[in-house]
Amino acid sequence: MAITVTINNETREIDAPGEMPLLWALRQELGMVGTKFGCGIGMCGACTVHLDGQAVRSCSLPLSAIGDKKVSTIEHLAQSEVGQALQQAWLDEDVMQCGYCQAGQLMSATALLNKNATPSDAEIDAAMQGNICRCACYTRIKTAIAQVSRKEDTVNV
Amino acid sequence: MSEATTLSRRTLLKVSALAGGGFALSATMPMVARAVGAEAAAPAELTAFVTIAPDNTITIIGKNPEIGQGIKTSLPMIVAEELDADWDLVRIEMADTNMAKYGPQLAGGSFSTPMNWMPMRQTGATARAMLIAAAAQKWGVPVASLGTEPGKVVEKASGRSATYGELASLAATMPVPDPESLTLKDQADFRIIGRAIGGIDSPKIVRGEPIFGVDTQLPGMVYAAYERSPVFGASLKGADVEAAKAQPGVIDAFIVRGNGKADELVDGVAVVASNWWLANRARSVLKPEWDNGEWASHSTAGYAARAKELMDGGKAAQVFGERGDMAAALASAAKVVTADYAYPFLAHAAMEPMNCTALMREDGVMEMWAPSQTPQGGLASVAEYLGVPPEKVIVHITRMGGGFGRRLNNDYMVQVAAIAKEMPGTPVQLIWSREDDVRSDFYRPAGWHRLTASLDADGKMTGLKDHFVTFDLGDSPFNPALMAPDTFPAKLMDNLLLEQDMLRTAIPMGALRAPNSNALAFVTQSFLDEVAHETGKDLPTLLMEIVEGAETEPTTMGFTGPTPGFNPDRLRAVTRKVMDMAEWGKPVADGHALGFGYYWSHQGYFAEVVEVSLSDRKQVQVHNVWCAGDVGNQIINPFGALNQVQGSIIDGIGQAMQLAVEIEGGAAKQSNFHNYPLPRMPMTPQIHIEWVKSDHAPTGLGEPALPPVIPALTNALFALTGKRVRSLPIDTSLFA
Repeated sequence: MAITVTINNETREIDAPGEMPLLWALRQELGMVGTKFGCGIGMCGACTVHLDGQAVRSCSLPLSAIGDKKVSTIEHLAQSEVGQALQQAWLDEDVMQCGYCQAGQLMSATALLNKNATPSDAEIDAAMQGNICRCACYTRIKTAIAQVSRKEDTVNV
Repeated sequence: MSEATTLSRRTLLKVSALAGGGFALSATMPMVARAVGAEAAAPAELTAFVTIAPDNTITIIGKNPEIGQGIKTSLPMIVAEELDADWDLVRIEMADTNMAKYGPQLAGGSFSTPMNWMPMRQTGATARAMLIAAAAQKWGVPVASLGTEPGKVVEKASGRSATYGELASLAATMPVPDPESLTLKDQADFRIIGRAIGGIDSPKIVRGEPIFGVDTQLPGMVYAAYERSPVFGASLKGADVEAAKAQPGVIDAFIVRGNGKADELVDGVAVVASNWWLANRARSVLKPEWDNGEWASHSTAGYAARAKELMDGGKAAQVFGERGDMAAALASAAKVVTADYAYPFLAHAAMEPMNCTALMREDGVMEMWAPSQTPQGGLASVAEYLGVPPEKVIVHITRMGGGFGRRLNNDYMVQVAAIAKEMPGTPVQLIWSREDDVRSDFYRPAGWHRLTASLDADGKMTGLKDHFVTFDLGDSPFNPALMAPDTFPAKLMDNLLLEQDMLRTAIPMGALRAPNSNALAFVTQSFLDEVAHETGKDLPTLLMEIVEGAETEPTTMGFTGPTPGFNPDRLRAVTRKVMDMAEWGKPVADGHALGFGYYWSHQGYFAEVVEVSLSDRKQVQVHNVWCAGDVGNQIINPFGALNQVQGSIIDGIGQAMQLAVEIEGGAAKQSNFHNYPLPRMPMTPQIHIEWVKSDHAPTGLGEPALPPVIPALTNALFALTGKRVRSLPIDTSLFA
């Protein structure tokens, strides 16, 4: 039986078992491969998407648990101002090496800044520690987040 | 540390076979593939790497696989520099696997930069010379009266100019200049090389566009999972494939027989479904039966116990390095320092799990989309397995979510070929779970060393002995379990005895970023720190003593071309530089301490200083890392270069602090990130990097910054606590 999910403001019908994690429905039922598979147990954050604006691990979120909540993915990130600013900061800082984890990093960073526009160093660490970067681009990820957060700060002042 | 130890000879042989023999880059890399009868309006191919369109767009081929080391950006930068291109008009296209057209294509050993520096400059200069020749013919003026500005040929006297796009189709018909006749740019005139340029694929990555191997999508594609024995060396007796076939979404399930080579194909069961999650889930009903032979009793603890027995037993089975008379040096020593060191197996854990996509086409061609660091070797392995000539295998190179040496082995390529050949006409994507990845790796070999140094009455080191216990990897052509007899400081010892015993094993082992060096730097630089401490000096002082009077070794012809030998001046320069940066010798904050480490690998010299403290709960905290590196006279892309060094340092700290794969019951105990805890953001220190420029052609940065950070960290912990870390990962109960 098809499951109805709202993804990036579109209603999608997915013909898959309810236990299937959202990640595998996105990637292989809907062809949206921006969200990445890293560990399958919610330990690395490569599969991070937003569920009603919260960063969640799509590898551990069964389709049946989504209900009316709205899913937003990396493919939709540029639609938000903060998301777009972070994408630009990622390029300005040349954050990435292999880049595989960066969709998840960007989704986590966007959820952070949407909640807290000017996070402290420790708050950035806390919000981002669920996202592994095997290439260890952490210094630059942090700098890129701080760069956008400073801009927020300026706007708010 | 010799180049020979870091190079995959198997890969070399395979790609050599493809090339029909010789591997010398200059001989096998065609500088030009001419466009014959090109239409004026069509893009014109000037060399195998440079195509110019009438609208002035320049397409440069990225020849080597991109694993995050930035090579898809940096090699085309070199071409564009000598072409005198307008970088804003440059597009980069990833090459397919094609030895005849592009020469060796591999990502490993930090080889790409030294190996391609001159050929990439030459191919750019070739295209530039052909554009100038075209303008000379068009205008009827001598070549010498012309020069270039970015993207155009200019007549010096008159100032008239023509864009590369206008000249390209005529240029493609010009004679190809002799490489010897090319004038290369003066380094001072570089304007693309040396510029911080962002990764060419980065805009796609931040938008989540398909770009990695596992993002490959083909019409009608199905997904495969592969069940193999957790015990290494086992063979398959049987499995309930019918039960798997009855699972939801499963299209097929079948037994695959290995070809007897662990680095190509081991026994297993393929499960194919419409969605990988369904295929992987169906593995749970396979109930496979394995014949583990003798291997299920193997364990890390067993290897360690046997290593101790062998070291305690005295003389080892083999001597692999000897000079002077070590026995006499020990007999006459005023002081003897001895210590045992050990390090564990490590997994690579690249973020993108192993995967590959394959289609057995109706014309008998196996077409593949492969995230491989050695696609030419993979192509050869697949052709050999299928029993077809290499031209019946096409390998598209995809971007990779990390490599770290794991993707030098192409077992996943052969695996998917074995599955796809059973399903002609249907594209198959094989994906490994993270558990498959951690438990079916080619691990960094564990190793055990008993080191002994003899000192004279003046505290001078008179000899070095190492009883090394490692693994017998059989006829493995690339053996990361061997220690080179010239590992620093062996060559500079008057008396030397390097001996080894080998343990039998079925554990697959391979190259992990900075192979050999990532373990040996810890062992040798920590032990030298012990020797220094025993004689009341610091490690930099001891290193300076050891290299006193040492001469620069001659340049030899290596795998990547002319390879400079060990140069003590380069060691001295990076050591002094990092001591300045870290204010070595000056007081540090209360409860903090500094440690030093140096290593030369992959042609790069690195000296690093680490600042540590212990938390109230005796957890190790790394605050600062200072790093001085010498990789020649030119940093090609400062963005990528700094990223590699930052990443290497954090990678090394992670290895030292918390990573190990333990073998139990013949299988890997670790399986995912909960028990193989890669570094995370909160443990990132401040990293300070400076370059020492030396008069050598630039060399690679994927690896050499990693090895010295490990002993720098453990030496800092000794300075802080007086406790010597002699086994990795660091056991913090040592500091309780």
